[in-house]
Amino acid sequence: MSKTIIDKLWDSHIVVEEENKPHLLYIDLHLIHEVTSPQAFAGLREKNRTVRKPELCFATMDHNIPTVDRFNIKDETSRLQVQTLEKNCAEFGIQLEGLNSELQGIVHVIGPELGLTLPGKTIVCGDSHTSTHGAFGALSFGIGTSEVEHVLATQTLWQNKPKQMNVKIEGELGFGVTAKDVILWFIAKYGTNVGTGHIIEFSGSTVRKFSMEERMTLCNMSIEAGAKASIVSPDEVTFSYISGKRYAPKNQDFLESCKRWRQLASDENARFDQTIEIDASEIEPMVTWGTTPSMCLPISGVIPVEENSSSIEEKQSLRNALHYMGFKGNEKIEHIPVQHVFIGSCTNSRLSDLLQASKVVEGRNVHPEVRAIVVPGSQAVKKEAENLGLHQIFIDAGFEWRESGCSMCLGMNDDVVPEGERCASTSNRNFAGRQGKGARTHLVSPIMAAAAALNGKFTDVRSVLPKKEQEVDRYAGV
Amino acid sequence: MPGFKTHLGSAAVLDRDHVDTDQIIPKQFLKKIDKAGYGEFLFFDWRYHSNGQENEDFELNSPETKEASILVTGKNFGCGSSREHAPWALKDYGFQVIIAESFADIFFNNCVKNGILPIRLSKAEIQNLQYERDGNLLRTLRVDLEQQQVENETGEVFHFEFDPYWKKMLLNGWDEISVTLQQEAFIKKYEDERIVN
Repeated sequence: MSKTIIDKLWDSHIVVEEENKPHLLYIDLHLIHEVTSPQAFAGLREKNRTVRKPELCFATMDHNIPTVDRFNIKDETSRLQVQTLEKNCAEFGIQLEGLNSELQGIVHVIGPELGLTLPGKTIVCGDSHTSTHGAFGALSFGIGTSEVEHVLATQTLWQNKPKQMNVKIEGELGFGVTAKDVILWFIAKYGTNVGTGHIIEFSGSTVRKFSMEERMTLCNMSIEAGAKASIVSPDEVTFSYISGKRYAPKNQDFLESCKRWRQLASDENARFDQTIEIDASEIEPMVTWGTTPSMCLPISGVIPVEENSSSIEEKQSLRNALHYMGFKGNEKIEHIPVQHVFIGSCTNSRLSDLLQASKVVEGRNVHPEVRAIVVPGSQAVKKEAENLGLHQIFIDAGFEWRESGCSMCLGMNDDVVPEGERCASTSNRNFAGRQGKGARTHLVSPIMAAAAALNGKFTDVRSVLPKKEQEVDRYAGV
Repeated sequence: MPGFKTHLGSAAVLDRDHVDTDQIIPKQFLKKIDKAGYGEFLFFDWRYHSNGQENEDFELNSPETKEASILVTGKNFGCGSSREHAPWALKDYGFQVIIAESFADIFFNNCVKNGILPIRLSKAEIQNLQYERDGNLLRTLRVDLEQQQVENETGEVFHFEFDPYWKKMLLNGWDEISVTLQQEAFIKKYEDERIVN
């Protein structure tokens, strides 16, 4: 019988299968960070339990750490949380790449770049953006702290198999349109709960042409569409990215692995519960204007007005969003001023993101009323970018060049947006208060963020660069 | 954890869709390393003004809803981050049942693991449930997990679906890890046969 990649991964990880019960699934890789793990380790200690497979766990610190003067965590509770992770990893024998490691970075950036994230694996982490790793043909999803504790103790999870959705993206993306715009467009069109109860497979010619970093951006935000997970069937692009990565199989083992990984792709005619087809050529550079990722328009768009709402609920939610965002309705996206620009997060902080943004800002200046920061996703990304001289391009233009971490995506550290001010952000959530109490977040791609930084307002990135340069080096940094 | 069998309590209505976990508990409260004491931070940015004063307009700040132990809300409740601090805060505040049109998947699981019963009812059912609504308060709801039903003051009964396995776990308040560790032989066997990449 034809199977999807989701069927194949699911079936091959079933440890226990009984009637009227979820499946007990084996977990191949458990990524751990400082914010969602302390209570899980405390739970183990309380019950006198051990970590079943410390070698299948991998920890880093990313959410709560400074991006300036990183060893000096001023906030006492933050410092204690970071120290608690160090203590827990030491006590339970888990590899930790902490602040002093050159391997440190955002957990969803370093998993792939270290070759820990591999096709065919089940991967979990106490973080909803674990969906990112699906880009490699891994079954990966975010879990809560109780489940973190369960995986630590048993290396398994009880799971009901979700439904499956095929999101087929075909055709050529236009100039200045990125993977970020594709996922924002998808959520704008189909809503933040289209994927609830489903795992999405992203397929189609557009996805096949995407680099691994673009696939990661796409899968990263599937949680914003409500999906349990998302996945891309692995192919030669996947294998060539993995080849040579630190913890990936080497030499003959790698070739053997590739042979197995090739079998993972969804079979032709495999059955999905739902299929959505997307024409990539329809997509434009996107900007969110409200307080959920679905409140999103093309750069040419105009913010809606209450009167056009179809229901009372919609009117209420629109009114709340407009009020929070400081809009009346009818404003043109291109007229919205920004005071902050954040290039970073597990969505868009990889080398290709920084490279593309640097091409927009090279030889230009950040608008005098804008504070712009670049936060590379990992120490490795930072180092590579510096080797290419990207840091200098950003600094010369007036950006701040920071140390790696989650930073302004969720503002757990000092990187917050002040009340009432606007941020063009390459992150994934524009919820009220996400980047700081009263902060107004607008989600965009790295090149759109860069263009906003230059002009002090949202700007069609396609107008910023002459045509030949508009074709930013999409495949760089794969 | 004590088992969840029935619950009798008043319900507060939070008539909003897509309430995300950043609203349920903002990030500045995720730095603690224990599970206790998050209730005072529940819906923090909605409950309090910037100067620390209570926002009287917020649904849960009206005097009559303060004792509510059931939350009735809209669709896609708990979307966003996987932070289990969200159900910890809801439970610590005093909510034991959440009735919504739909829930985000991770949040739903996190509730069950903390002995909070998340109930899905249709929009129409949630409206009918509110037959005797007094401001943002429903005086009495009776929730029965065994029977999978909610009964309102008028005696109207609403049936809800619930996964049989997680129902059993909740009814008995069993420790999930202990239950799983009974499968040790199967886990060991899987590990012995597992192909390592």
